[in-house]
Amino acid sequence: MTSAIFVLVAAAIFGLGVHGLLVSAHIMRKLLALNLMLSALFLLLIVVPASIDGHPDPVPQALVLTGIVIAVSTTAFALALMVRLFRKQGHATIHPDLDPALLGRKHGRRTAPEAEGERAP
Amino acid sequence: MSFDKLLLALVFIPLGTALVAVMLPPARRRWAVLLGSLAWPCFLVPLSIAVAREQTLTLVFGGWSPPLGIGWRLDALALVVLWVHALVGIAALPGAWQRFKPEETESGPFWSLWLILATGVNLATLAADLFNLYVALELTTLAAVALIATDDGIAALSAAMRYLLLAVLGSLMYVLGVGLVYAQTGSLAMHQPGLVELNNVALVLMLTGLMVKAAIFPLHVWLPHAYSNAPGPVAAIMSAVVGKVALVALWRIWFETAVDPPTLLTNLLGLIGAGAIVYGALAAYLQPRLKMVIAYSSISQFGFLLLLLPLACQQAFQGAGFHLLAHGLAKAAMFLAAANIVTVLGSDSIRHLPGLDKRMPLEAFTLALAGVTLIGLPPSGGFTGKWMLLSAAWETGGWFWLVLIVLSGLMSAAYVFRILALTCFHPARRAVHHLHPKPPAITSLAALMLALLAVVIGLYPHPVLDLLGSGVLMDGGVRLQSGVPGAGP
Amino acid sequence: MIEPWLAQVLPPAVVLVSTLAAIVIFIAGEERQRLRIWVNLVAATLKLILVVWIGLSVLAGNEFLFRFELLPGLELILHADALSILFASLSAVLWLVTTVYAIAYLEHSPNRARFFGFFSLCVSATMGIAMAGNLLTLFIFYELLTLTTWPLVVHNGTPEALAAGRSYLRYTLAGGVVLLTALVWLYGLAGNAVFTPGGFLAPLAAEHATELRIIFAMLIAGFGVKAGLVPLHGWLPKAMVAPAPVSALLHAVAVVKAGAFGIIRTVEDVYGLELVAGLGMRLPLIAVACWTIIIGSLLALREHHLKRRLAYSTVSQVSYIVLGIAVGGLLATSGGMVHLVHQGLMKITLFFCAGIFGLLLGVSKIDQLDGLGRRMPWVSVAFTVAALGMIGLPPIVGFISKWYLASGALAVGMPAVLAVVITSALLNAAYFLPLVGRLWLGPPGSVAAARIEIGRLPRLALVCSALATAFLTVALGLMAAHPLSPLNWVIKIAEGYAP
Repeated sequence: MTSAIFVLVAAAIFGLGVHGLLVSAHIMRKLLALNLMLSALFLLLIVVPASIDGHPDPVPQALVLTGIVIAVSTTAFALALMVRLFRKQGHATIHPDLDPALLGRKHGRRTAPEAEGERAP
Repeated sequence: MSFDKLLLALVFIPLGTALVAVMLPPARRRWAVLLGSLAWPCFLVPLSIAVAREQTLTLVFGGWSPPLGIGWRLDALALVVLWVHALVGIAALPGAWQRFKPEETESGPFWSLWLILATGVNLATLAADLFNLYVALELTTLAAVALIATDDGIAALSAAMRYLLLAVLGSLMYVLGVGLVYAQTGSLAMHQPGLVELNNVALVLMLTGLMVKAAIFPLHVWLPHAYSNAPGPVAAIMSAVVGKVALVALWRIWFETAVDPPTLLTNLLGLIGAGAIVYGALAAYLQPRLKMVIAYSSISQFGFLLLLLPLACQQAFQGAGFHLLAHGLAKAAMFLAAANIVTVLGSDSIRHLPGLDKRMPLEAFTLALAGVTLIGLPPSGGFTGKWMLLSAAWETGGWFWLVLIVLSGLMSAAYVFRILALTCFHPARRAVHHLHPKPPAITSLAALMLALLAVVIGLYPHPVLDLLGSGVLMDGGVRLQSGVPGAGP
Repeated sequence: MIEPWLAQVLPPAVVLVSTLAAIVIFIAGEERQRLRIWVNLVAATLKLILVVWIGLSVLAGNEFLFRFELLPGLELILHADALSILFASLSAVLWLVTTVYAIAYLEHSPNRARFFGFFSLCVSATMGIAMAGNLLTLFIFYELLTLTTWPLVVHNGTPEALAAGRSYLRYTLAGGVVLLTALVWLYGLAGNAVFTPGGFLAPLAAEHATELRIIFAMLIAGFGVKAGLVPLHGWLPKAMVAPAPVSALLHAVAVVKAGAFGIIRTVEDVYGLELVAGLGMRLPLIAVACWTIIIGSLLALREHHLKRRLAYSTVSQVSYIVLGIAVGGLLATSGGMVHLVHQGLMKITLFFCAGIFGLLLGVSKIDQLDGLGRRMPWVSVAFTVAALGMIGLPPIVGFISKWYLASGALAVGMPAVLAVVITSALLNAAYFLPLVGRLWLGPPGSVAAARIEIGRLPRLALVCSALATAFLTVALGLMAAHPLSPLNWVIKIAEGYAP
């Protein structure tokens, strides 16, 4: 019974995260959304196996602990990258023009694509 | 003597040297770098002998048995991936060395990350349980993202950021799937023969997560910019192994963990592979930049590797494994050659390519040779892989796949010959205003060697095929039927 | 007897001689012209000697076989039987002559290292096709041929050349894809089988008749692309933008003949004509060949561009080979096979002459030929001999092929084929005689003076190569009864296929 509540809460948080990830353009918000989703995920990982076993299972807890460490370091790394990007381009969003798809050619003609391939020798 | 302990070298040599490289003064860093890059491939020789004899090597850490402990496993497929990694890593070294001189202070982070990337790839290849795989893939991704961002331009940083966000999303789905698998089976081992049918939701979640990491169409959006903005040697490693590691993990989960995945899912994944092949080739044909062409071509070629799922027989496995090898070598050769071209021309816009055969004949030759492998024309490694996949398709009655594989050769030919025609035969031999000095010949030769190797393995594929044939993906032999009698060796 | 190791080494050696030459040429680079010329000539001569050696040895009853396992159950086999020798010696002879011609022809043009490198590679591929001992080997070299001829087709780098190259790739790679599919299918059915006179598929006929029919159609279509079977011939006239030596070699030996040779191997050594007839594929094959002969001639008649007219003539003439094979019987089979050699000699002469006219006088249209007979008598003589041979005038070799073909058709009771051969001869006359007429009888002086200046020696080389091949067309016609003449050689082969 209680596990059902936890699962529902996890699902709700996860949904919030998905919404945030899709809607917001700012990288900071995207990262927050991803972290929300991760929290929901960890909640689920703790609850679901336990609900089968009846008593706490150490394995998922160990996994979640590792997961949290990875999530923290990934987030820190992403934040550093975001700051770097912000300093370079003045805003912390990913440039939408980067989506090349099949329009790559047309787009390339218009905005001198070789600029992207250039690098300081 | 037991060979199991040698597995430690594959992970701890690059890891250790990565840490040492940070601490050493710049002037002495080069020894750590050389040791970290060249020592672990040496261990592949005895390990190959051991795998040929025993088929699988396993190692469990510190007495903790899985799922809490860490288990590693080396089989034929992992060995092929490791060899690609070793060869490409060595060939990429001169280019990286030339651009990021280890004795310069600011190139310190690059080399540490380079070695950590190697650690991550080896770890992910060896991982024997689902959660370790996750950790290893995260390590690989973080190192790769950081390496892509080395260039520090807006394009490179954005590409890295996009890759990071998508990769985190992918791992999230993957871990969710892993959690569900654990809840269902109470085990995290990849290799679970004879278990109950896997929860489809868990399976789909894991596969999707891995597909993001492997950049399988339509989840490939991060790949073209990440590859094309990364420094050449990094792009070479990324295209040759980083994506492949996730893909091999996908194979393993499909054939070893999942007992009997539904046919619908099999066909769906096959169709996704087909879509990847077609989309990648089309997009490659339309790209205005050489590195973008090569990057999209990777998307197309990854599609082939997905075809193993619907074909599912021993020959298909050998073919896909061989394709992985040949494509890894050829694609890395192309990226290394492209890196040199960018160095000299200052750009990789294909409008600057005309006349390249005069200025940089080695690079032009490398592109041509690697292109032949990508198209799969005989005799080359690409042809061998394609032929095995084709005969697998014939034997399993998969006419759709057969026609698809055959036609895909034509589509690859379109973009390869477009580049070659521009490079060597275009009438407008426009001179680029200023040419930068050529990189040392060894960087060109390294790329050429990889491309040659990709062709030569097609002439003598027996060792690899025998290895792959003996250690079929699952020794439990769950779903890979062996070939029709008389067709095999 | 010859040493066993020699029997193994010689077939690959014949293939690799020109590969080595190509590597040396590529490495030597653009500037070392003298070295390049020597390498070319030495390699061409060496190859000719090797082929003659193997040929005489095969005649003495020796066997040459080289096997190399490429994949489990998939072998690369090079062997030498009489048919291989026929094609190999044709390529070896014509490569030598064309090399001399090309050296003179390209004296002042750029990118010669690339040209001669790929030229040699292309001959390697042709030799591989000649020596191939099973379908896979044939296919591998067939694809290599595509790869190595493409740089030659686009050599000039003009937009037309690039367009022609694209068209060429589109046709040939598509053909390769069809072949590959058929090959996978066939290997699945029959396993790793070597070429056997009379075919090796007969045991499967009862069970897999429909599949075998489809595979046969695919194989013929795949080889037919290069052989220029209508409607798969579209690339051929466009590829005429290539330099003249390339067109000459493409038409006489390399590409077109590779396709025809593939069809011969398919019909005779994979299926066997009996099985082809049993599957009901013989009449369609005859029909396609006849159709190509007539349509090719009609298209040639309509064309006013000299080299393109010759190209359509090739389309038509190569199908004689297919026709002879499909009609079967000793006479027609010999007629078809011997046309492989005869058409090669005549067509290469015509292209040599067209190339000389184009290079020295800028002639590319037919009406520019007026009165050239007096300005360039030797070249015009060579052209005339070859053109008359194409029409089928005795004693030039063209007559022999047509005679055997026609009498072979009667012998197996197919008068309709005879009608096609006669119609085609008339059409040949209709499009070749006006050329000859213009050369000798046209009003002189419509063409300006020499377009470019070339030295005496290159000029001599150009004219001599054309005269040499023209001489061969007459000499082989006169000496058809000699035991080593192509005709007698071919009759020996045909006896193996159609006793």
